[in-house]
Formats: sequence, structure tokens, C-alpha cells
Amino acid sequence: MDSVRSNRDAGRVKLPKAIKILVAGGFGAGKTTLVGAVSEIEPLRTEETLSDRGIGVDDLSGVETKQTTTVAMDFGRITIGDDYRLYLFGTPGQERFWFLWDELALGALGAVVLADTRRLADCFPSLDYFERRETPFIVAVNCFDGARRYELDEVRLGLTLHEDIPIVLCDARQRESGKEVLIALVEHAMRMRLGTRSSAGSAEPAAERTGTR
Amino acid sequence: MSIFDEQPEAQWVGDEAGPIVRPYVLTRGRTEPTRGRFDLITLVVTIRQVSSRESGLDPECLAIVRLCRQAQSVAEIAAHTNLPAGTVRVLLSDLLDQGFIAMQEPHSETDMHDEMLYRAVLDGLRAL
Repeated sequence: MDSVRSNRDAGRVKLPKAIKILVAGGFGAGKTTLVGAVSEIEPLRTEETLSDRGIGVDDLSGVETKQTTTVAMDFGRITIGDDYRLYLFGTPGQERFWFLWDELALGALGAVVLADTRRLADCFPSLDYFERRETPFIVAVNCFDGARRYELDEVRLGLTLHEDIPIVLCDARQRESGKEVLIALVEHAMRMRLGTRSSAGSAEPAAERTGTR
Repeated sequence: MSIFDEQPEAQWVGDEAGPIVRPYVLTRGRTEPTRGRFDLITLVVTIRQVSSRESGLDPECLAIVRLCRQAQSVAEIAAHTNLPAGTVRVLLSDLLDQGFIAMQEPHSETDMHDEMLYRAVLDGLRAL
């Protein structure tokens, strides 16, 4: 990053633009593995204190109910030339943190939801969250050794996933595979944000997801 | 790796207890940065170098100034200094006030409509 340092003058500094991508999914779905496979650095861990600011603003009881929780996240980095840096955050898997996620999701380019076909229901909270928040996301089905292979259509049905949402197979351990997942996400996010809105009936939420399969 | 290595007295560590200064002590009780909006991906770079004798900077701040000779995100700074991100934010706002660092605000959601950005990221990913 020598260019960064030589461009400095009187506090004006040319820095790359940082872009955030979230990797979500159930516990053990392979989030940190995927981050590690594509990251140029060993995945790092950081602790963030999240609060549910904004939830319950209409609560008239006058009781301050702000809650904070500390969560640990693993993250990695991909440098794209001098101008961009991607940061990939493996988000905390515990469902009870979902309502605290807004601070993480704010400004994110999009999200990858990792699905494990042996425990498909584990990723329901992630899907619900990103659908509700209208954050562009794709589903990547992590193909674990020894797990039964399903057709993508079967998985889509199992997840009651809207037809506009891409779903891909991946091996989270493989760099090439992880790369393909990220490319699929960025293409989808670009379509969603810049593409024609005509086909985007995607605002309508998918059918309700209940119970486990 | 620890960036405190180059300055062994920098961290007050018990033999068995590990770090024994609690994070809010470093920030003198403050939990919110005085200025700047430090997202986890806000990039920070040092714009004024310091020697360890100069400036009366706390060891943690000194470590951050050294680390950010190359631009680092708040998340990276937190990970390398082993401090919670909230603590790092407060220290960064101090360093910003004192003119040691410059920062790049992260993209807001509305900035995510820049086609150039998507094209560049896609090209970059394909070339990996």
C-alpha cells in the first residue's frame, strides 16, 4: 500500500474503499471455513458489543430496555487492487443474537447464507432476517463429506426460497469454490440494486417458514 | 503475533491472569467515541509518526499508530491489539483529535448503487 502513504498530504489521504460482506448460517455450517478459504490473511477474531438500539422505540412504558451483547466474529480480507478491500465477516451463529444484527448488516454489500443439508432449519433465521431487511443474499449449500446430495430445487423447496434468490453448491474448504460463491453474490447484489426492478417481485416475502424438516 | 512485542512494557500482563487492565480503564471510562463514525470496516491510516518517547501516548495508542502505518480496518486493529472494538473506537477518536490518524468512512447503504464498484469487485474476484 505504498501508494496510500505517498498520497498523503495535510490529512487528506487516499484510502481504498472498504466493502463488507456477511457470511451467515447455522452453527457449524462452515462460515469461518469459507472466510478462511478466500481470505488473503489468516482469519482474525474481533469482539463487538452490539445493542438493540432502535428496537421497541414505540414502547410507551418509558422503561429503558436497551440490551447489549458481546459477540465474537471471525473475519478475513481480500484486497482488490488499490481501490477496494473486501472484508468478510462470519457472523455469530446463535439465533438469539439475530435481533442485534442491524449494526453489522448496515452498509453491507450483501450476505452469503451457508446451508447444511443435514440441518437445513439452522439457516432459517438468517434467511428471515435478510429477507426482512432486504439485504441482497444468496444461499450456498455447503457439501459436507458423507452428507446426502440433494438437487438444488429440492433445497430451494425446503427453504421456501424465492425464485429470484440464487442458490449454489459449494465446498467451503476450497478457495475456488468460495470465489465462485462470492462472485454469485456480487452479481446478485448488482442485479438487485441496479437491475431492472420490473422482475423484482422480490419485495414480497417468501412463504412462511415454520417447523423443521 | 502481537504488535506489543516491539515494546515489552506496553501491556500489563499477569503471569497467569493474562491482561489485567480492563478495557474501560484504557478509555478512562468512556464508551462512546468523541467523533468519527467508526464502523468495523472503517479504514484508518497513520498520518503522523511518533517515537515511543514522544507524546505521552498510552501504549495501546502507540501500538495503534504503529500498526496503522499501513491502512487497517477497525476490526483488524481490534484483533491485533486484542482489545474490544468498542474500546478501539474510543482510542481512535482520541488519535483522530490529536492528528495522528486519518480515516475513511465506510460506504453507506446508498453508496451501494455504484456500478463501477460492482464491476471492479467482480473483475478482482475473477482474477484471484
